[in-house]
Amino acid sequence: MDAPPENHFRSRPGAIRAWENVLHWLFRGATYLVLLCGGLVFGQIVWRGAQTVFTTRAPFVNVAFFTEAPESLHVFEYQGQKQELGDRAFNAFKVAHPDAKDVKDESYVYSAGGIFPCIVGTVLLVAGSMAIALFLGVSSAIYLNEYAHDSALVRFIRLAILNLAGVPSIVFGLFGFGMFVIFFGWNVSLIAGWFTLAFMVLPVVITASEESLKAVPKGFREGSLALGATKWQTIRQNVLPYALPGILTSSILGIARVAGETAPIMFTAAYVVRDKLPWEGLTKASDFFFQGVMALPYHIYVVSSKIPQNEYTARVQYGTAFVFLLLVALIASASIVLRSRLRNRYKW
Amino acid sequence: MPAAISPTMERPSAQPTAPALAVSAAGTAASAAARTIIDIDHVDFFYGPSQALHDVSLKLDEKKVTAFIGPSGCGKSTLLRCLNRMNDLIDGTRVAKGSIKIRGVDIHGPQVDVIELRKRVGMVFQKSNPFPKSIYDNITYGLRLQGVKDKSRLDAVVEKSLRGAALWDEVKDRLHTSGLGLSGGQQQRLCIARAIAVEPDIILMDEPCSALDPISTSKVEELIHELKKQFTIVIVTHNMQQAARCSDQTAFFYLGRLVEFADTRTIFMNPANPQTEAYVSGRFG
Ligand SMILES: Nc1ncnc2c1ncn2[C@@H]1O[C@H](COP(=O)(O)OP(=O)(O)OP(=O)(O)O)[C@@H](O)[C@H]1O
Ligand SMILES: [Mg+2]
Repeated sequence: MDAPPENHFRSRPGAIRAWENVLHWLFRGATYLVLLCGGLVFGQIVWRGAQTVFTTRAPFVNVAFFTEAPESLHVFEYQGQKQELGDRAFNAFKVAHPDAKDVKDESYVYSAGGIFPCIVGTVLLVAGSMAIALFLGVSSAIYLNEYAHDSALVRFIRLAILNLAGVPSIVFGLFGFGMFVIFFGWNVSLIAGWFTLAFMVLPVVITASEESLKAVPKGFREGSLALGATKWQTIRQNVLPYALPGILTSSILGIARVAGETAPIMFTAAYVVRDKLPWEGLTKASDFFFQGVMALPYHIYVVSSKIPQNEYTARVQYGTAFVFLLLVALIASASIVLRSRLRNRYKW
Repeated sequence: MPAAISPTMERPSAQPTAPALAVSAAGTAASAAARTIIDIDHVDFFYGPSQALHDVSLKLDEKKVTAFIGPSGCGKSTLLRCLNRMNDLIDGTRVAKGSIKIRGVDIHGPQVDVIELRKRVGMVFQKSNPFPKSIYDNITYGLRLQGVKDKSRLDAVVEKSLRGAALWDEVKDRLHTSGLGLSGGQQQRLCIARAIAVEPDIILMDEPCSALDPISTSKVEELIHELKKQFTIVIVTHNMQQAARCSDQTAFFYLGRLVEFADTRTIFMNPANPQTEAYVSGRFG
């Protein structure tokens, strides 16, 4: 047998190779750490939230949690048995058992009932701010990208938009409070919250819309204009439809994010507690806009920091957080479905 | 194109586009009688500070094909895009001196609406740009913008335009499928059909065949012959044979100036200017 040929390609260990390995593992480790953190966050919320949201008996979902308003929880001992009842159930219980009239109960606020008003409030806040932000954002993106000529003013506007994106949410909250609640006299209301949230998400919407508009080939515009279309006809028929999937997806995701912020609605739209639902007790239609609402993020904040903590409040916190995650995921997936629908309709 | 000059003029007779030369010759004979439709008068054009056209003067005849030739960057597209004011879309452009009149009207005049101008002066782009809509919607785009809703009229225009663009037989069974599903050559003819659907006066074509294969190219060239019965056509091309085959008159540009403008036959056979001679014979450019 011949001697094997000399191998010129044998690896030569050395500092460079070692460094290569170290870096490889560093990058890999960092990535896994991110995954781990994400997993822990989701895992904890889902695990602990699921205990509130789901039940072991049919229908396996805690319907009351989704459909009822928050109540105080009464915990007491009756005939040697520990009872946990919400306000209404507790009153009914006392009527049914006259001898229980003066049991010693401990009550915990917000720990019974559900979070229906918070869900309603958050949905209303998201919908309204989305409408305002999309209208203002898409309009100004169209202006900046399609109408405006490059000028010092336009460059300044773009800079301002970039800066707006960096403003902390609490500052938006204070701005909304000063501007809408006090100056415009709208009080703590849906409409004040809408505008505050809308302004906050505006930079995202404008930037996303501009990107999407830029992605529409120049040929579509030139071809249309060369056929004698006006600028608006061109935009309406031949630019906007093709930019829409991008605009909507990024904007909706941006709004879903902003909807989770507590700071901007804290002073402008959110009530700690409100027994009326937004459509109840309106004397005139405009009242609808000028009422405060309960909201999921604010409810979590209140339950976790404004009242004494115990096992019962923890249930509500995690249950609410879980529902909130669910809602955001729902919005996000809706936007993805919408995008793929629109993409199929307007692809090029 | 080495030694392009003689084959250029001889080959067409052996090609399917043989009528080219015959029509050219006929056009030449009649050109004295033809009416001027576009009158470009001492035009200076600027992109911001840089001047792209220097003192260009040209008179183009009605229902003739005029070719703009010249090396890259000499201002052919710029001049073409002046004719339907497409350059207005670019910030900082201006016609600093001179005027462009179409049918006697200064197109930069205060009484001129650029939208109306572009309805009369259609354009086909170098890069074919069908809209991502159905073939039918592509063709009816211009008319619908003008408010035409009558289905039977739109149907008729679609058929007429597609026939006019020699595309009808290839697409008549798929009018409602996307225009992007067509081949490159078909797409360019679709763009031509779209342009003629609004029945303009003048059609501007900026290198309409530069992305097409020889067969599609010859189809478009045949089409140009058909179209000039109805329309005045201005075509930019880098292809000398194409200019020779399909145009009646040719303008040669160099560095933003008009060097020579004459009947196509004269430009290719007997140019007055040595630069023109050098360019059409492929010695530079
Ligand atoms: N948008 C623009 N901004 C600034 N300068 C431009 C612009 N478009 C063209 N130019 C300049 O104007 C001159 C003429 O350009 P033009 O596009 O008219 O040339 P062309 O003859 O069409 O060339 P080609 O054959 O390569 O298409 C060139 O020097 C070019 O750099
Ligand atoms: Mg060009």
